[in-house]
Amino acid sequence: MEHQNLNLTLKVWRQKNASDAGHFETYPVSGISTEMSFLEMMDVLNEKLIAEKKEPIAFDHDCREGICGMCSMHINGRAHGPWKGTTTCQLHMRAFNDGDTITVEPWRASAFPVLKDLVVDRSSFDRIQRAGGYVSVNTGNAKDANNIPVAKENADLAFAAAACIGCGACVAACKNASAMLFVSAKVSQYALLPQGQPERTTRALNMVAQMDKEGFGSCTNTGACEAECPKEISVMNIARLNREFMNAGFMSNEG
Amino acid sequence: MNFSQIFTSSIGKKIVMGVTGIFLVSFLMVHAGINACMFANDGGDLFNRAAHFMGSNWLIRTMEIILFAGLLAHIFQGLALTLDHKTHRPVKYAVNPGNETSKWYSRSMGLLGTLLLMFLIIHLYHFWTPSRLGGSFGVQPLAEKWVSSGEMVHDLYAEMQEEFSELWVVIVYVLAMGSLAYHLLHGFQSAFRTLGLSHKKYTPTIEKLGVAFSILVPALFAAMPVYIYLFHKN
Ligand code: HEM
Ligand code: SF4
Ligand code: FES
Repeated sequence: MEHQNLNLTLKVWRQKNASDAGHFETYPVSGISTEMSFLEMMDVLNEKLIAEKKEPIAFDHDCREGICGMCSMHINGRAHGPWKGTTTCQLHMRAFNDGDTITVEPWRASAFPVLKDLVVDRSSFDRIQRAGGYVSVNTGNAKDANNIPVAKENADLAFAAAACIGCGACVAACKNASAMLFVSAKVSQYALLPQGQPERTTRALNMVAQMDKEGFGSCTNTGACEAECPKEISVMNIARLNREFMNAGFMSNEG
Repeated sequence: MNFSQIFTSSIGKKIVMGVTGIFLVSFLMVHAGINACMFANDGGDLFNRAAHFMGSNWLIRTMEIILFAGLLAHIFQGLALTLDHKTHRPVKYAVNPGNETSKWYSRSMGLLGTLLLMFLIIHLYHFWTPSRLGGSFGVQPLAEKWVSSGEMVHDLYAEMQEEFSELWVVIVYVLAMGSLAYHLLHGFQSAFRTLGLSHKKYTPTIEKLGVAFSILVPALFAAMPVYIYLFHKN
């Protein structure tokens, strides 16, 4: 695609702090290169706001290469914008046309309260992870990498589940603000590996209990999470979580 | 999490929906099969005999009680989930993805279910009340008729002719079957996922079966009032 400079209108959610009601603010931006990333475009806007002695727009970002999961933005009704399998930092301005109006909102979920502007608090995910998203290892010397044989099929499925970057797009996209895709990825990645077996049943029960406690909704299987996940985590993992949960709840000695 | 909390957890509530949903699907198969006897074009003889069997067999009558219990569990849990789902996003998005990321009927199970509930009330009032409660509680009893098996049975066929001679009733029934079709188009495959049954070996087959079931069964039901209205109304 040929390089182009875009003139755009941005409608951005501005909110002073967690208790402020918040509102949309409209900003014209001009001369945006189609080669910029969406966050670079936001940087350009912020530079302009700073030069005008206005408060810049707060947004989360870290790696800017699609692996940290920080850059949560709901762009024109889509988590991380219109491209499939991409984070906001990997979304490029060639996805838009000259003259477009772009609406930018924070993730909306009671379990992800807005801290400021586009920044939300995703520590509920950390607490779910702490409830069971780990394995026990023996202390002492590190073991040989391929000490324990793992079936290739399982290794691949576990690896695909482990690709989850905890970005929260699944929650943002779900009509119930359900965290099932995230939790299912975390539970699956260990359930499929021999190293994950000792805590297998407690993990499923405790992570689901924490998920409910944090105020995420239940799963209606609409598939919006999978459609929006930047790591294309499969909803097959949700069925596996349901299986793990039923096994733990009905068959194990836990609980 | 103790054992009773399993059922009140977010996944447990969905397990209730999935189990009762599949059970209701199995009921629909029997119900559609029995009712299809009306197409025999024999003045309702086969249909009346089939209905008499369903009403007098103790196993079926026991299943009827389990069916009502399952239906009530499905309705209450379904409505409770629908209300609960609305509480997890207090501030709505200004721009929504519409049908770009999910199907409209997948997002409308509560609405489609409520339409089905309204239909069920009308439907039970039309047929279940007179056939089971007729003669008591001041309910008009059904007419009786000799059938070819030599028994005197309720003439449910005549009741059907009476109800389906009204155009608005036919329209309500046909529209309700539209709701059922969409409820099942999502629900059939969703129930299997909810119960953990998802695998590349058989999920494509379940999905195809679900689509076929969701179209054929409601279409068969919808054909019944239309058939009576066109060919056998009073
Ligand atoms: C014969 C009638 C019905 C059949 C065969 C049926 C079947 C099903 C099936 C198979 C599911 C999928 C369960 C799952 O996702 O695990 C479902 C879901 C659902 N049903 Fe029904 N249903 C019927 C009537 C009703 C009625 C009367 C309501 C009343 C309110 C209702 C409300 C719901 C709701 C809200 C869900 C979605 C729950 C969720 O995933 O969040 N259904 N139904
Ligand atoms: S499952 Fe996908 S959308 Fe959800 S947190 Fe993980 S990477 Fe993000
Ligand atoms: S900033 Fe790290 S994934 Fe986008």
